[in-house]
Amino acid sequence: MPNQEKRDDRAFRMSRRKMMKGVAAVLGAMALPAKDAPASVWESFFQKNFRELSPEELNGVLARLEKEYSEKYKKAVTVRANPPIEGILFGYGLDLSRCIGCRRCVYACVGENNQSRDPQIHWIRVLQLNKERGVDLEDAEQYYNPEKVPAKGHFYMPVQCQQCEHPPCVKVCPVQATWKERDGITVVDYNWCIGCRYCMAACPYGARHFNWKKAGLPSAEMNPETHYLGNRPRPVGVVEKCTFCIQRVRNTPGRYTACVEICPVGARKFGNLLDPESEMRYIIENKRVFILKEDLNTRPKFYYFYAT
Amino acid sequence: MKREYFRYARVPAAAALVVCLSVWTTLAAPAPTPDKGKKIGTVQSSSPDQKFPEPANTQFPVPKPPFSPGIFPCSDCHKEMKPNPKRRTLTDEHTNIVLNHAQGQRWCLDCHDTYDRDKLHLVSGERISFEESYRLCGQCHGDKYRDWKVGVHGKRTGMWNGQKQYLLCVHCHNPHDPAFKPLKPMPPPVRPGDIR
Repeated sequence: MPNQEKRDDRAFRMSRRKMMKGVAAVLGAMALPAKDAPASVWESFFQKNFRELSPEELNGVLARLEKEYSEKYKKAVTVRANPPIEGILFGYGLDLSRCIGCRRCVYACVGENNQSRDPQIHWIRVLQLNKERGVDLEDAEQYYNPEKVPAKGHFYMPVQCQQCEHPPCVKVCPVQATWKERDGITVVDYNWCIGCRYCMAACPYGARHFNWKKAGLPSAEMNPETHYLGNRPRPVGVVEKCTFCIQRVRNTPGRYTACVEICPVGARKFGNLLDPESEMRYIIENKRVFILKEDLNTRPKFYYFYAT
Repeated sequence: MKREYFRYARVPAAAALVVCLSVWTTLAAPAPTPDKGKKIGTVQSSSPDQKFPEPANTQFPVPKPPFSPGIFPCSDCHKEMKPNPKRRTLTDEHTNIVLNHAQGQRWCLDCHDTYDRDKLHLVSGERISFEESYRLCGQCHGDKYRDWKVGVHGKRTGMWNGQKQYLLCVHCHNPHDPAFKPLKPMPPPVRPGDIR
């Protein structure tokens, strides 16, 4: 019968393969920005990796982001992308014989670097350790809350990104959205990150943090001095980390990081490892220094030391 | 015309200067011995110590010393008083200061200057201002002083590749009771299980 043939013919044409193709095409189209979406959405959709942007393209991106953030936070936000200064390799020192675990650094960092307040993201984690057991990470406590610190019999070890020379997080990133800059700072291109969180699994220091939800960042508390690779507001679904306050230190003259500035006991030190006159070189040459998890060969540029 | 006027004016001016200088030198000649303790505050502070020229203060820029409100300059009260260099326990004034810093081995006037109350003095006898008190502390705590100068002991802020801002020892350590006082910690992080 001709009708039967027609039906068979149609059944053949509407094969499973074709249906899957159709579904994929529709889903793909849905992932695109809407037809009437503003031009900036399209621009961010087609934005290249930060390291492939030409200077003109970069200026366009920065201008777009400044406009977007200024509107969102209702204040003049600047987004810069200062490149590394030549002849600089940043190093960080933390005096374990001084740190009292007061967590001032944790919250100074949150304020400076626009971390989400709710849900909470902290780039610095302060560990309370037992003096009798030494640096035994199995025995570390990060939720300590006594009336006064330092608590008897304990010492404190703040842990943040160690700015490794061989960063495992960079090695595992499938899209090269994170890399090490020439001045030693490992950065993330939040617009390129796909949120797979491989880097978080790879980091031996727990220094990377994921934006599970929209950042809770009140506009009154938002720091408008931002850097593209640092403290600009992060979208949902990307990873963020300490950048040695890249927006501060990549200037001539550049301010010390927020955690150095706040530390009430002066336990935190920062300087150029290539400058023989810097405090970091003095520490490495004159004090007892160790790096965390040395056996992993990550070569941190974060040096714990004992000044006494 | 004007130039002429000044030329003639110079002669009496120079003569006046010579007279003043001669008067000053004759007055200064007897060199008032500090132990007599007369008009100490004014005479001593106005004539700088020639033996020890003051070092450049710009090397270690520090904020103002953390005086208790209203206590400085000390000479406001002390200039009317006769200095008593006898070692004793103070019972009338400054009773709130309890020395917990090698007590028994020293007392007030080992660091505070007897005759210029607005200054401190080193073991050498050199008078130093309170802005330079790190030199006094450094006499005993030489290792800390060495570290402080390079920015390793104590807090140093400012620019990592430019002008630095130091703090005096006494901004963190009460000189009479120098142990660093415990602080209340800021709140601990939220446990992952409590994040909603």
